[in-house]
Amino acid sequence: MSEVDLIEGFRDPEHMKALAALIKKECKSKINIMEVCGGHTHTIMKFGLSQILPELIEFVHGPGCPVCIMPKERIDHAIALASMPNTILATLGDMIRVPGSKTSLQKLRAEGKDIRSLYSPLDVIKIAQENPDKNVVFFAIGFETTTPMSAVLMQHAIENKLTNVFFHINHVTVPEAVEAIMSRGDALIDAFLGPSHVSVITGYKIYEPIAEKYHTPIVVAGFEPTDVMESVLRIVRQVNEGQSVVDNEYARAVSREGNLKAQALVNTYFEKRSHFRWRGIGDIPNSALKLKAEYAAYDAEIVFDDVLPKTELNDHKMCICGDILKGRAKPFDCKVFGKACTPTNPMGSCMVSSEGACSAYFKYGNLNLKGARA
Amino acid sequence: MSKKILLSHGGGGEETQNLIKELFFKHFDNEILLRMEDAASLVMQSTKIAFTTDSFVVSPLFFKGGNIGKLAIAGTVNDLSMMGAKPKYLTCSFMIEEGFEYAKLEEIVISMRDEMAKSGVKIVAGDTKVVPRGGVDGLFINTAGIGEIQYEGISAHNLAQGDVIIVSNEVGNHGACILATREEIELESDLQTDCASLWKPVEALINAGVKIHALRDATRGGLSAVLNEWAETSKVCIEVDEAKIPVAQEVKGVCELLGFEPYEFANEGTMVICLPQSEAKKALDVLQKFPETAKCALIGKVTTAFTCKVVLHTPWGSERFLEPPKGELLPRIC
Repeated sequence: MSEVDLIEGFRDPEHMKALAALIKKECKSKINIMEVCGGHTHTIMKFGLSQILPELIEFVHGPGCPVCIMPKERIDHAIALASMPNTILATLGDMIRVPGSKTSLQKLRAEGKDIRSLYSPLDVIKIAQENPDKNVVFFAIGFETTTPMSAVLMQHAIENKLTNVFFHINHVTVPEAVEAIMSRGDALIDAFLGPSHVSVITGYKIYEPIAEKYHTPIVVAGFEPTDVMESVLRIVRQVNEGQSVVDNEYARAVSREGNLKAQALVNTYFEKRSHFRWRGIGDIPNSALKLKAEYAAYDAEIVFDDVLPKTELNDHKMCICGDILKGRAKPFDCKVFGKACTPTNPMGSCMVSSEGACSAYFKYGNLNLKGARA
Repeated sequence: MSKKILLSHGGGGEETQNLIKELFFKHFDNEILLRMEDAASLVMQSTKIAFTTDSFVVSPLFFKGGNIGKLAIAGTVNDLSMMGAKPKYLTCSFMIEEGFEYAKLEEIVISMRDEMAKSGVKIVAGDTKVVPRGGVDGLFINTAGIGEIQYEGISAHNLAQGDVIIVSNEVGNHGACILATREEIELESDLQTDCASLWKPVEALINAGVKIHALRDATRGGLSAVLNEWAETSKVCIEVDEAKIPVAQEVKGVCELLGFEPYEFANEGTMVICLPQSEAKKALDVLQKFPETAKCALIGKVTTAFTCKVVLHTPWGSERFLEPPKGELLPRIC
């Protein structure tokens, strides 16, 4: 497959228009679709998909952005770890911009602390080898998609006999978060777009109990615009047929069982936490991972326990990230959206992350909602 | 052992003189520079001149299709060209890290010489500093340039309803190329920078009598930054068709992989032109004759649909605002 096929094939205008026409023709009733993953939110906004879909299709944003769901006290952990002497803190992408209770990693970096934004967790190995006299703490974030990379890093750290690498694990899991939202009974959600990158690792079987219990169709969708349009069409057809099953639109990368090798690697090093506090959602049982007890020597939460703040911190009162993550509000419903809270000065993490719903609404605007043309 | 730059090369003594004469004078040879006065004595034909400066701190120093030296010449030549000014004279300051390889410095200097030849500009004064290890990341270069204005009135304030927008080349090549070459990413790619001096095509537009309202090289912040600045300054709406914006497949690939937009990537040899619609064909005909602007395209128009906004139309009928880039470019997580 050429590069052209990899991108252009999934953005073909005629294919897009044909899918839009089919959805418009077949959609008979209002369908609220939660896109669990922030990547889908961005596809919907960036490619203006709502504008070519019938008004009966309503997208609701979900809790699937690893930066957005990180509670402030965990950011404060990262800040405390990065502030230790002789320490390099490494993490992925946008995490460095998220505000903690007093500062962010980005501001701390400007003050001279050694904070590295990585493209790949495996870079930690090189950093640790080049800095044998320093502690290198990897602040690990992400859903099931990125967890195997942390497991591989753990494996490499052991194989290389590195004693200066530590892990602060914040890996969270999708099914428990979706279950938490649906079990409250007040979520107006008729169907889900399933996060396909998660499913590449876990397989689509993880969504089957939810589809069955809550009678909601779930279509595991890729991130290209035609993927999302095709998945919406499949949801419409399930709704029309009265079905509620897991359907796999992203068959080019996802199977029912997933990547067994990656799952085994994750299970080697990680186990479930009894609880993890999600930003704006609260405690969700069994929704996150931690290192197994036998790897305690690598666990930053154990080794550096004495420097880690213990207080749980809620968001600013004006910030409605919690309601956005639960699918109860949209970014434009927030009074501080685009005013006190912008990507340059975010109050809430939904505005920080490149996968956050507020960031998507701010970056791509929405001509339909922002007012008619002059 | 390869020859290295030592602190003494910046000390002002014999070693400094040797570096200047054996490297800089050798390649930047011209009679004004060789006079070695405290300041260059210059002759300008025009009473209207453009004057600019820029510092180049790119990492890595070498990338596909160019290096920091080529960039330092093209960048300043283009800043003058975008004011309709014929680049005449440059100054050049090198800030070099102790231990920098002499051979690499010479390669950079040679590429500067070659790039100057394309627009006929000369380095007439310079400065060399060598700083201890860690003081700079290898090499920083500052260039300042002075040019004679040949076409007056080019301004970001000039955009008017009915104008059209042209880009001179594919967008995003330089930003994507630098990103792909960065040590932490190491993508295998044939992508090259677009780094090029644009005076010749600009001069040809002027000579062909093309009316130009606004001209800007789309450097940091890319196409998106230029269009938003123009829309804001002229209080107009710019509407562009996504399908018409030339973007290399490899740039699209890098963007998809890391979650970026090609319209926000830096360019170093791509300009955006705003001119009356009646001038568009003539301008495109001129630009197509130069290799550095052969991929030019008319991408949009100036309207009054919104004020101070840029609207991007997708090929399937939806539209969105093209927001100006903000903050650091950080890769997506998953």
